Amino acid sequence: MHLLQGEKVTMSFGGLTAVSEVDFYVDEKEILGLIGPNGAGKTTLFNLISASLKPKSGKITYEGKNITGMNPYQICRLGIARTFQTVKTFGSMTAIDNVRVGALFGQPEKPSSAQATKDAIELLEFVGLSKNTYSPARDLTLANQKRLEVARALATKPKLLLLDELMAGLNQTEVAEAMDDIRQMRAEKGITIIMIEHVMKAIMNVCGRIIVLNYGKKIAEGTPQEIINSPTVIEVYLGEQSNAGSK
Amino acid sequence: MNLKEINWKKYSLTGGIPLLIVIFLGIWPYIGPTYYVTLFTYFLLYVTMAIAWTIFSGTTGYISLASAAFYGLGIYAAALFGEKMPLIFVIFIGGAASFVLAFIVGSITLRLRGIYFAMFTFGLVVLFKEVLLYWEITVKNIRGYFVVIETNNTIYYYLFGICVVTVIIAYLLKRSKYGLALQGIGENEEAAAHTGINVTMVKILTFALSSFFMGACGVVMATKMTYIDPQIAFNPLMSFNPALMSIFGGIGNLYGPAVGAVLFTYIQEKLMTGSLKNYYMLIFGAILVATILFLPNGLMGLIQNVWKRIKGVKRAPTTG
Repeated sequence: MHLLQGEKVTMSFGGLTAVSEVDFYVDEKEILGLIGPNGAGKTTLFNLISASLKPKSGKITYEGKNITGMNPYQICRLGIARTFQTVKTFGSMTAIDNVRVGALFGQPEKPSSAQATKDAIELLEFVGLSKNTYSPARDLTLANQKRLEVARALATKPKLLLLDELMAGLNQTEVAEAMDDIRQMRAEKGITIIMIEHVMKAIMNVCGRIIVLNYGKKIAEGTPQEIINSPTVIEVYLGEQSNAGSK
Repeated sequence: MNLKEINWKKYSLTGGIPLLIVIFLGIWPYIGPTYYVTLFTYFLLYVTMAIAWTIFSGTTGYISLASAAFYGLGIYAAALFGEKMPLIFVIFIGGAASFVLAFIVGSITLRLRGIYFAMFTFGLVVLFKEVLLYWEITVKNIRGYFVVIETNNTIYYYLFGICVVTVIIAYLLKRSKYGLALQGIGENEEAAAHTGINVTMVKILTFALSSFFMGACGVVMATKMTYIDPQIAFNPLMSFNPALMSIFGGIGNLYGPAVGAVLFTYIQEKLMTGSLKNYYMLIFGAILVATILFLPNGLMGLIQNVWKRIKGVKRAPTTG
């Protein structure tokens, strides 16, 4: 049984089919990459999994249970957490309060306030934000706000984490750090990850398997090696001349 | 030494000053002149309304203009049940009716955002007024009701009690984990939902809770009115006042709405009774526009900024 599985998941906005009959799955402790040109339906797929949107048709199961049509907070408490393409931190709240919200509300079993604070401090340390514990989230740099979102997501003790363009806008060093963080999340916390990413270096290095979307359809799926050598993917996304693997 | 200072400050703000205010308000009807007791009744009313409004709208950012509907429902509860049972029961009936109404309205409308929510909630006030007017004129054939009168002191102390309960509940709520949830919703609702907060339920229940206190206020104030009809009970000013007072005072903490309500009520009273009474609305409007333009965080925000600046000036020479 797969941890998460989608069958013929379809979503349309008016006449536009954003996600069209996409089949996907992710297994426990896997890191799955989701790539494709802008407007390919990647974020829409995340929104469908995390229940921001309800699919027009198709079925999503998590641990064998049908989760289609649930509410976002229920999805979160089941163990699926996410971050956002454009950061959505709680701006005027301190970093630690941002994380405490996740700890207090996102877990199936409610922790005590003291426990939530303790977890939050640990997680801020894990993502490297100890120095900013009591700063308002909006005062943090973009990279740090993204880290904060990861900490907030981790505070809900997820089994599956959806990372939406975590590395967009980060510099080389920050990308390298983020890659380490992702590997560490899987290694230390046993978290399964699906990541949307345009930074090819990161995708190729971190993911075990990649799904490529284009115009809402799945056009390729396979290991990073298979993907960079796939003629279809090169044509629609990577481009003829690109040497994506070593970018 | 620093530690002592902080402790003193914390103690005085959370315990000392409020306690002194409560004691003062408790004995005020015995020491104050009648005019000022009545003025203080209005202070208590508007502080309660403003804080009740802030419980929901201040934290979540959903600007509700339905306050008059809940307040008016309380007034009608007093008109219908005032003769049949003691006031304290009627207060609960009025509060509960408002709670239920807010729960229903919230379930339907809290998916609306921004100006749409504000407009709908205001529409609710007008709807209630018009439907009741129609019903009283065409079906009941008698417009309005008489309400049992209470003494000024009874009204004062009931409002005082409701005010204290509202402030305590607002304070506890703000400190609880639900306060954190409300704040999160106000900051970013989508993120809050994906962080495990049952956004809809938290919003609806808080909206209903804040309406309970507004309904309770309506019941007590009705006993001051002798006669009520839909025009009196559902006066739109009761929707705008709590919102404007809170914004005027600053919605960042509980002091803001309270200070805003007292100052606002006082200015209103002075303008309406003084030699400027013909210009009351004009001056009032100017003050409001100025507040919204120049004091985005309200009076308390201004005080905090000035305080920071004074402290900054003090510090600058020592570091330089």
